[in-house]
Amino acid sequence: MARAKPTAEKDYDDIPGTYVFDADRSRRGYHLNMFCMSLMKAENRKAFKQNEAKYLDQFPLTPEQRGAILKRQYNRLLELGGNIYFTAKLGATDGHPFQHLAALMTGSTQQDYADMMLRGGRPVEGNRSMSGKFNRPKAKSAKAKSKPRSKGSKRRG
Amino acid sequence: MARIIAGVTSSHVPAIGAAIDNHRTNEPYWQRVFEGFERSKEWIAKVKPDVVIGVYNDHASAFSVEMIPTFALGTAAEFPIADEGWGPRPVPVVKGHPELAAHIAQSVILDEFDLTLCNKMEVDHGLTVPLNLMFGTPKQWPCKIIPLAVNVVMYPPPTGHRCFMLGRAIRKAVESYPEDLKVVIFGTGGMSHQISGQRAGLINSKFDHAFLDNLSKDPQKLMRMGHLEYMREAGAEGIEMVMWLIMRGALDDKVDEVYRFYTVPASNTAVGHIILENRRKAAKKSTAKPAGKAKKAAPKLKRAAARSKVHRVRS
Repeated sequence: MARAKPTAEKDYDDIPGTYVFDADRSRRGYHLNMFCMSLMKAENRKAFKQNEAKYLDQFPLTPEQRGAILKRQYNRLLELGGNIYFTAKLGATDGHPFQHLAALMTGSTQQDYADMMLRGGRPVEGNRSMSGKFNRPKAKSAKAKSKPRSKGSKRRG
Repeated sequence: MARIIAGVTSSHVPAIGAAIDNHRTNEPYWQRVFEGFERSKEWIAKVKPDVVIGVYNDHASAFSVEMIPTFALGTAAEFPIADEGWGPRPVPVVKGHPELAAHIAQSVILDEFDLTLCNKMEVDHGLTVPLNLMFGTPKQWPCKIIPLAVNVVMYPPPTGHRCFMLGRAIRKAVESYPEDLKVVIFGTGGMSHQISGQRAGLINSKFDHAFLDNLSKDPQKLMRMGHLEYMREAGAEGIEMVMWLIMRGALDDKVDEVYRFYTVPASNTAVGHIILENRRKAAKKSTAKPAGKAKKAAPKLKRAAARSKVHRVRS
């Protein structure tokens, strides 16, 4: 399932590294997310851990979804209709703290990810838009602010 | 007459709940977060609301992908604590106010807001973490709590404008309830955070501070903000902040900002918290009693003095 081209309706597909869980993904990922929901029960977590492949047989997953679950490909799961609040239950079943998943999704180590958060998180600059459309949305006002008044004599329009 | 006297917003990061449940609040990392709510606890202990309307979102606990209500009002007498995969949080059961909730449901639906009503609903960290932050860890929550779950998990959530107008309708509903009740409304979630995909870990403090400023002084500006801007600027999950506008809509246009706190991070999230009070003073009942006037004056002054002592905390 390739990433959809941003359309006017799905303008959010222009945000990098982001899989917005919309009604299409919700439908495609229905069984995947319902599998994750099943992990809310202790006996199901146990059954899953004992034989993952067999447990997954209960759910009519696509081969891609099944593979991504078994390989714990968290970004791929999002792409295939998983939602993070659901897939987090898979991470919890493995006994991982959430930051372990976050690190996996961002391609860093848990320590590096935790350090980044302590430094104030991932900056929004450079992470707004893939098309570049919104990379400097506040440029106008920032410019107006930084310019001393005396130099701002040129009026637009 | 019931009346909404104040609004509180707070992040509801699950790791804050885990820190409380595992007695880790004294660790320096968590101390920084919890210290920011010390004054808030004092404030709410003084205010003593009879009812809290808790606007929050469910995180695949009560609602899965089977049914996704946009606005779900808890009309039950009790709301059990959800098992989110590690056993239910060891916090008191949430006791509702079914009569007021039913009144709100009727008033708000006839005002054209099509709520889903829940006579059975489990509540998760989205509601219980802010209760802990404001009330600590009592054996029983000190007031009745009406949960209002908002879908912010599946896109699209309701718009900020819709949320604000729902807040307005809730205020009208509360004010037409005959019993004298002090109501505080909580808006929870946020602030900037993204917990999914390669962009996870995004924080935008500049956006957050501006949001807090506008929430206090110019909420009309926030009503116009589209979903793309929330997600692009404040992270995919930062869109939870639309829920804060339900709280804001339920308050008067002009409010007093009593307290503010902001810190980064709590786990993956920027923690923001604000307390806004309506300027109109307590219920009409108290001003109608001339004998009570002199008596009331003293605590009022005290409260004003206490308010001026509260410093804004920013980090």
